[in-house]
Amino acid sequence: MGLKQNLHKLKEKYKGTKMAPAFNALHTFLYTPNETAHGGTHIKAADDLKRTMNMVILALIPCLIFGMFNTGYQHYLAAGEIQAVSGGFFSSEFWTMQNFTLGFWKILPLIIISYGVGLGVEFIFATIKGHEVEEGYLVTGMLVPLIVPIDIPYWMLIIAVIFGVVLGKEVFGGTGMNVFNPALTIRAFLFFAYPTWMSGDKVWVHGAVERAKEIVAGSNADAISGETILGGLAQSHPIDYSVLDMFFGFIPGSVGETSTLLILLGGLFLIFTKIGSWRIMLSAVIGALVMGYIFNLVVAGGLITETSKFYGLMSTEFWHHLLIGGIAFGIVYMATDPVSAAQTNKGKWIYGFLIGFVSIMIRVFNPAYPEGVMLAILLMNVFAPTIDHMVIRGNVKKRLKRAKLKTA
Amino acid sequence: MAEVAEKEKIVEVQKEPLFSKKNRKLITDPLTDNNPITIQVLGICSALAITAQLKASIVMAISVMFVLALGNVVISLMRNIIPSKIRIIVQLIVVATLVIIVDQVLKAYAYSLSKELSVFIGLIITNCIIMGRFEAFALAEGPWRSFLDGIGNAAGYGVILVIVGFFRELLGSGTLLGFKVLGDPVEKTGLYAIGYENNGFMVLPPMALIVVGLIIWVQRSRNKELIEEH
Repeated sequence: MGLKQNLHKLKEKYKGTKMAPAFNALHTFLYTPNETAHGGTHIKAADDLKRTMNMVILALIPCLIFGMFNTGYQHYLAAGEIQAVSGGFFSSEFWTMQNFTLGFWKILPLIIISYGVGLGVEFIFATIKGHEVEEGYLVTGMLVPLIVPIDIPYWMLIIAVIFGVVLGKEVFGGTGMNVFNPALTIRAFLFFAYPTWMSGDKVWVHGAVERAKEIVAGSNADAISGETILGGLAQSHPIDYSVLDMFFGFIPGSVGETSTLLILLGGLFLIFTKIGSWRIMLSAVIGALVMGYIFNLVVAGGLITETSKFYGLMSTEFWHHLLIGGIAFGIVYMATDPVSAAQTNKGKWIYGFLIGFVSIMIRVFNPAYPEGVMLAILLMNVFAPTIDHMVIRGNVKKRLKRAKLKTA
Repeated sequence: MAEVAEKEKIVEVQKEPLFSKKNRKLITDPLTDNNPITIQVLGICSALAITAQLKASIVMAISVMFVLALGNVVISLMRNIIPSKIRIIVQLIVVATLVIIVDQVLKAYAYSLSKELSVFIGLIITNCIIMGRFEAFALAEGPWRSFLDGIGNAAGYGVILVIVGFFRELLGSGTLLGFKVLGDPVEKTGLYAIGYENNGFMVLPPMALIVVGLIIWVQRSRNKELIEEH
């Protein structure tokens, strides 16, 4: 009989009671339901919510695996125990078991917390409301560990996940009704609530915070610098990473965001499976490039000198902006969230363009918020319905005009 | 407005005890089912701005209660001689006078608090609750009932301020009325010894809005009648 049958029995037992949705969800989450449709009268669609979600998760897996290796790599590199990678993407110095083991054991708890707490909240709300548990959290739960600092204290993550799921999603009516991207709501909460853990030059490499504390306490160990490229540029520090390092992702940063190459592959996968909108991705990239180029022109025009605090980021070549920080990750996996993004095709172009544009603007003008992409996406989430409204109104007007012309 | 005033006068002629059931409702209603902040959504601005500390919230609540109760009485006493065309100006003068009294008293006896609240004491003048009660109640009711209405509405406002201030100060700064109830964050005592940290988000005004929103959520889910139809 096994677990499936037992679960089914439990489900039948609790049918009609308050707990029914919880058992039902657990059952459908793990197995195919016992009551599937037979015969040929049904419309078949391969892309239900669960499949869609699974596709996104599949697209995230390479970033996750790479992030595990990179976590270990950055830690041992910063601690001075290994040499920097010299070869290409597949160089054996990077893909070592030592790197993977450290990253795996650091990231696994984050994933467990993210899913455990998030799904727990979903179950509780489904039980209270008496509706079925929705699959909406599956992607959010995978995104969260990829966008938080590796050493984030677990209790902070728990609070943030509860906050994000309840206020980012459940208050609006659950999956499909949320105004904001829940994963970004979680990150924004952490960012504003615990800024010392979310920004600065210590949080992105495992061990850097601990080491800094030891040094304050009088230890002789070398400090671990976990400075991200963005943080360095904001202070006009020279950057000693090559463009290829940035593209391959051998740089410090949150788990999922560093490898632009893998994000690009994930993005192509999402476009190919028609889950992510290519319009949003493309227009966001264009928006970021345009803004970056404007800043480059400002520097080239001599309007700003090296003494300016914006010089470091403004003078960064415009296409480098796409390689550093979380902008690529945000554009591919978060801006395309079908629920909180604009729905009309024209609206998607505007929505995406403004995300890229505003991201770089925030990044350059406010070094305290280097992750402009998070704030830009949340901001545009708010505007998405308005953009759609304007697009639809514009279309209505155009057609009315055409109708008038015909009748006149 | 004048018509309403006359109608109310007729009702008032019948004698009733000072704390009749109807009068008591003037105080209890704004505390719960007709709360100025959570139901009428008035006075939000100051609720967001000054609730980072519990002490400031309490002082603000008391100040508003003073202004609203006395202002209601004054307006109510004058209600039959105020020409309705210039009533807003008269109301503003009454509020402004009372607010200046509060401001001066705070400056004289609690200077640091007055600094902390800065313009927000002065801005009580623009608090929608006050003008709202003058217009909707004091212009049409007797002084005693107006007084009770002022106390009730200010208390309803104050309760929310104190609740928001309590959570924002406790979670944002780890203190209550300035006492370090959760331990010392610098010397790592109490909760801080096990790695607890203050929530910086709580100190920012957006979190006040979220806390008020949560209170509204709790209140409406407990009393379904308050949920508006769409």
